[in-house]
Amino acid sequence: MPHIVKSFDAELAKLEDALSRMGGLAEAQLDAAIRALEKRDSELAARVVSDDAQVDACETFIGEQAIKVLALRAPVANDLRTVVSALKVAGEIERIADLAANGAKRSLVLSQLPALKPMHSVIRLGRLAQEMVKDGLDAYLGRDAERALAVRERDQELDDVYSSLFREILTYMMEDPRTITPCSHLMFIAKNLERIGDHATNISELTYFRVTGAAVTGERPKKDNSSFVGTESE
Amino acid sequence: MFEHTAAAAKMTTRQLAVRYGDKPALKGVDLDIPAGDVTALIGPSGCGKSTFLRCLNRMNDTIAGATVSGKATLDGEQIYGPGGIDPVLLRARVGMVFQRPNPFPKSIYDNVAFGPRLHRLAREGEEMDAVVRSALERAGLWDEVNDRLEEKGTGISGGQQQRLCIARAIAVEPEVILMDEPCSALDPIATARIEELIDELRQSYTIVIVTHSMQQAARVSQFTAFFHLGEIVEVGATEKIFTAPANALTQGYITGRFG
Repeated sequence: MPHIVKSFDAELAKLEDALSRMGGLAEAQLDAAIRALEKRDSELAARVVSDDAQVDACETFIGEQAIKVLALRAPVANDLRTVVSALKVAGEIERIADLAANGAKRSLVLSQLPALKPMHSVIRLGRLAQEMVKDGLDAYLGRDAERALAVRERDQELDDVYSSLFREILTYMMEDPRTITPCSHLMFIAKNLERIGDHATNISELTYFRVTGAAVTGERPKKDNSSFVGTESE
Repeated sequence: MFEHTAAAAKMTTRQLAVRYGDKPALKGVDLDIPAGDVTALIGPSGCGKSTFLRCLNRMNDTIAGATVSGKATLDGEQIYGPGGIDPVLLRARVGMVFQRPNPFPKSIYDNVAFGPRLHRLAREGEEMDAVVRSALERAGLWDEVNDRLEEKGTGISGGQQQRLCIARAIAVEPEVILMDEPCSALDPIATARIEELIDELRQSYTIVIVTHSMQQAARVSQFTAFFHLGEIVEVGATEKIFTAPANALTQGYITGRFG
């Protein structure tokens, strides 16, 4: 149902459009970062690094627009949830794009060094993270709480892949210390991708709040267990 | 998230209905008004919220053609019916503040002393002086008028007049204060003073306020009831109503989509 004051709808639409644009940009950045890594494409990686500023600019715009709506419209109920979650989702998208850009920066180094075997698993991890981001953003923009919950459930899969990848990379480093430098970069890239999944999960939780007005209840599937690698209890 | 839970009910209504002639204004309302909290009644014009408020101290009795049915209680005592509380006593226990400040064309002192005199709550002289001073202090007006208590109550500013009316209402030590859009004729500063006062008064009184300002309802109340077409659509903790209302009509109204 539209607002009686039409300009209120226009301002909320502006916020939604900016989020949609920002989400699209971040998705493209992530996709390009993964491709740059896979194809050892330094040019593409460099472009990802420099384009991160565009995503940051979107976040700034959304922040300003959200504050404007809060100050001038004093939104309540679903409108309030829309504005507050837009602010927070913009923060999550900014982190996603930032982690993608960081990965691209590292891939610039990796493409100068001999190819690594675990790369295949990293790309797989990247594709999983990418799907989560896409579905998470689609659920948010489509106000689909069920779909959002499904995205949240998938984070476990991502964490599992990351944990086994962590061990895999560790093994390579132990076998051949000359791979320690590229493997360390790869480890960070993998960690970035795992973090991107966490941000997609946060977007899903914000979607659920936006749509239902309630926080998601129930523990999220347990996190990755790579933090325990090397301990006795592992 | 929603931590505020209702205390025991100070007033209750069950199937409370009002007709003006053959026109129904209130169609059987059940509501518990929690003690020591502010309950806001919101809803579009003609939804019955003011009619409901006026039932709580039998102000509708004075309107020709108005008929009230159903039950209303104050501390479990019936308000209507043969065994009901005497209306004059009821109105001392359940005070009212109106939309437009309506001080009597008497001195500030006499405005406040009017109720205590009527109900013989204090002797003239020192005892009455103390009652007047205490009521003006609690209404946050004492410091502004203590040097001109003999001046006309109608001669002070609108915001001061409204606080004078609140002082007049609390001078008889009511248990409940009903407020019918108490700030609609006031500027933002005077409104803020009244809102601050409402917050202080709820330590001692149960307050029911009708307001057209959604933001005011959100600011001053702990519970909110949304009226529509003579019925209550939704009632609950104010923070719940304004962040995640359960009913689509409530949401449509408070967000400015209909009304």
